[in-house]
Amino acid sequence: MISFPKWKSALVILVCLLGVVYTIPNFVDQKSMEGLPDWAPKDQITLGLDLQGGSHLLMQVETESVKEKMSESLIDSVRSNLRSGNDRIGYRNLKATNGVVSLTLRNIADREIAREKLASISSITPTGQRSHLIETFDDGRITITPSEQTVADRISSVVDQTIEILNNRVNEIGLTEPTIQRQGKDRILIQIPGLGDPQRVIDLIGKTAQMTFHLVNNSVDPFKGNAPAGTKILPPHTEGERPVAVRNRVMVSGENLEDAQATFQQGQPVVSIRFNSLGGKQFARVTQENVGRPFAIVLDGKVVSAPRINEPILTGSAVISGGFSVQEAQDLALLLRAGALPAPLTVLEQRSVGPDLGADSIAAGEIAGIIGLVAVVIFMIVTYGLFGLVANVALTMNIFMIMSLLSVLGATLTLPGIAGIILTIGMAVDANVLIFERIREETRNGKTPFNAIESGYKRAFTTIVDANVTTGIAAVILFVMGTGPIKGFAVTLGIGIVCSMFTAILLSRMLISMWALKTRPKTLNV
Amino acid sequence: MKFKIIPERTNLPFLKSRFIAFGISAVLMILSAVMFFGPGLNKGIDFEGGIMLEVAFPESPDLGEMRSSLGGLGLGQVNLQTFGAPDDILIRVQRQEGGSEAQTAAVEKVKVQLESQYGKEISYRRIEFVGPTVSGELVQTAFEAVLVAVLAILIYIWLRFEWHYSIGAIAALVHDVILTIGMFAITGIEFNIASVAAILTIVGYSINDTVVVYDRIRENFRRYKKMEVKDLLDLSINETLSRTVITSVTTLLALVSLFVFGGEVIRGFAAAMIFGVVVGTYSSIFVAAPILLQVGLDHHNEEEDGFKPSDDDAFETKA
Repeated sequence: MISFPKWKSALVILVCLLGVVYTIPNFVDQKSMEGLPDWAPKDQITLGLDLQGGSHLLMQVETESVKEKMSESLIDSVRSNLRSGNDRIGYRNLKATNGVVSLTLRNIADREIAREKLASISSITPTGQRSHLIETFDDGRITITPSEQTVADRISSVVDQTIEILNNRVNEIGLTEPTIQRQGKDRILIQIPGLGDPQRVIDLIGKTAQMTFHLVNNSVDPFKGNAPAGTKILPPHTEGERPVAVRNRVMVSGENLEDAQATFQQGQPVVSIRFNSLGGKQFARVTQENVGRPFAIVLDGKVVSAPRINEPILTGSAVISGGFSVQEAQDLALLLRAGALPAPLTVLEQRSVGPDLGADSIAAGEIAGIIGLVAVVIFMIVTYGLFGLVANVALTMNIFMIMSLLSVLGATLTLPGIAGIILTIGMAVDANVLIFERIREETRNGKTPFNAIESGYKRAFTTIVDANVTTGIAAVILFVMGTGPIKGFAVTLGIGIVCSMFTAILLSRMLISMWALKTRPKTLNV
Repeated sequence: MKFKIIPERTNLPFLKSRFIAFGISAVLMILSAVMFFGPGLNKGIDFEGGIMLEVAFPESPDLGEMRSSLGGLGLGQVNLQTFGAPDDILIRVQRQEGGSEAQTAAVEKVKVQLESQYGKEISYRRIEFVGPTVSGELVQTAFEAVLVAVLAILIYIWLRFEWHYSIGAIAALVHDVILTIGMFAITGIEFNIASVAAILTIVGYSINDTVVVYDRIRENFRRYKKMEVKDLLDLSINETLSRTVITSVTTLLALVSLFVFGGEVIRGFAAAMIFGVVVGTYSSIFVAAPILLQVGLDHHNEEEDGFKPSDDDAFETKA
């Protein structure tokens, strides 16, 4: 039986047609595409950053700093809880070690009251657990330990918040189609297509941009090493300026900013800021009380400027001058508008490819693919004649199907992905080689052409499945465990295996059946 | 008459020379291990951490001059090499002490130095930096991926065939992986994430080749119930030889094209794959099949272990 059922032929032809149709958009430019009717396929293969040029940044949220902040705020709430009401409780040694806050009561008799006062710190989480473990000891020591879940939740929300702020910043810069995604517990992957030099972006997105306003402590010499309690010496923001001794207490925080714009004042680029109502009130009070004294504007632990307060500023607007360049003023305004990061970021990995290298890579890949394809096509015809031609039709269709699947699935084509496709070109004919070799053997054993073809396809089938499943296992593992380029390679390899099994088994069989039924050959020239 | 690289009927005594082949393989594997533990791999920044810049200059610069000017920046070891064209230079800077700021500062230093020396006409084709945490994780996941892939394939072969075959397949696989790593060590081709992808694909290809021979061996065990195992293995290898060679040739044609025309970035990857396909073909003929004899595959064993269905059975039950 050599016949190939009609419904099967119809299905094979339909799948092949779909493969061609869904590949076409990749050869049509964007403009002509807009003229196409709605139902026409428009999905194009997404090119990876290595092919279109762009930057890939893997950032890590510094979880240590998140934990530190958690401890600080925990200490704050412990302090205010114990001091609340009329029955203030005496304690000493309030400190945090490794996230655990501890203190010792001055009077052990206060233990029960202290417990009651502190109870509000520990809430019941939706999962039914306590957010903090509060323990009291016989010697008057009390420890407050946040649960692992509480810490994890906090880190997770800091990462979410960071992603949101990064999105704001990236949008403000006006970059096209960046993707910002969480990766793992505390990492953020940023991919920005079409950007050759990522340095400015790193500068902008990596900055914490925490702005605070402090009073300057004039009694301290900033060049002398140690500052008294309540005061710290901060380095200048611009190199060459003097360090400044500022009081620890934050008078107004950058969180209370409503807007920031780069403007000019006496020909110098400056940043104009406007506070929200709370910030405006705080700012007005501070400036009223401290006329004539210098006031430090601190960005990420460095003093941008420390101007003298000449008169109370009641309008809620102010100007930061600090010898900025136009670019610096614009960047600072942008950062302040977009908001401060809740925790600092570290760049773990950075990969940028210039757009011309990407274009070169695509061109080289195309040339290599075409030459490889031509070489394989010629070799197959020389080796198997007419049957080789059939294998070549299957191979060509295989490439169309890979491209259409990549387009439809929205998979990203990377340089290793191109390598995967080219490798597939070589390996895709394997199934047909297996089949043709079987047909040769069966012919030699004296079978009639029809029988030889039939049993050639039958007998080769399990071998093909076994061989492809094992390669498929490698592809799946590459996809699951791999990152970036490896994943890209695994995608094309995996899709290639599936497509080549379809084309080499079904399509080639259909073509050969059609040919055999039409010509009814007496002998097979395989 | 069509061209045949392999004559229609071969009757080469592969099993006869199996100990020579085992000897050659053993020597090559030991050599690979010595090279791996001695000089070691030329690890790219993916595995070593560090900074890499690929810079295109308007005209080919003097490497010696550039080496001394960049070497004077105090960034530690700086490696320069041309990358494809003579005006395309790959600059590798060792990982800087300190956090990510130290790395970006180093990149900036190199850029400033290059621009002061060669003008603003230079273009940065690639800038990459991988921190120590990430490179450590990359090594670990790469190692795990190879291990898991090999294990999964072993299990599949065990289920589909019987245990003798999985030993042979794994022997051939380990052989190919070790030799490929040795090739990286000997040639000094950069070992990076793409190289791991190459090795895993070689794993897939090698096993593909091996499985085809195994399928035939299994089939022949059923067909020739009385044949000497040694003759049966030889017969099976000879029967599949034509396919093994033709498929390797088509794959090599595609890979050589990738090696020659695919661009500098992909060249190391293509080289590894070419080597892997040659070694994989060799191992499926000279290692995977002959080893079955050594681990005692026999007619008897098959009946005892319960014979897994082969293609004929599969089709008969379907029909």
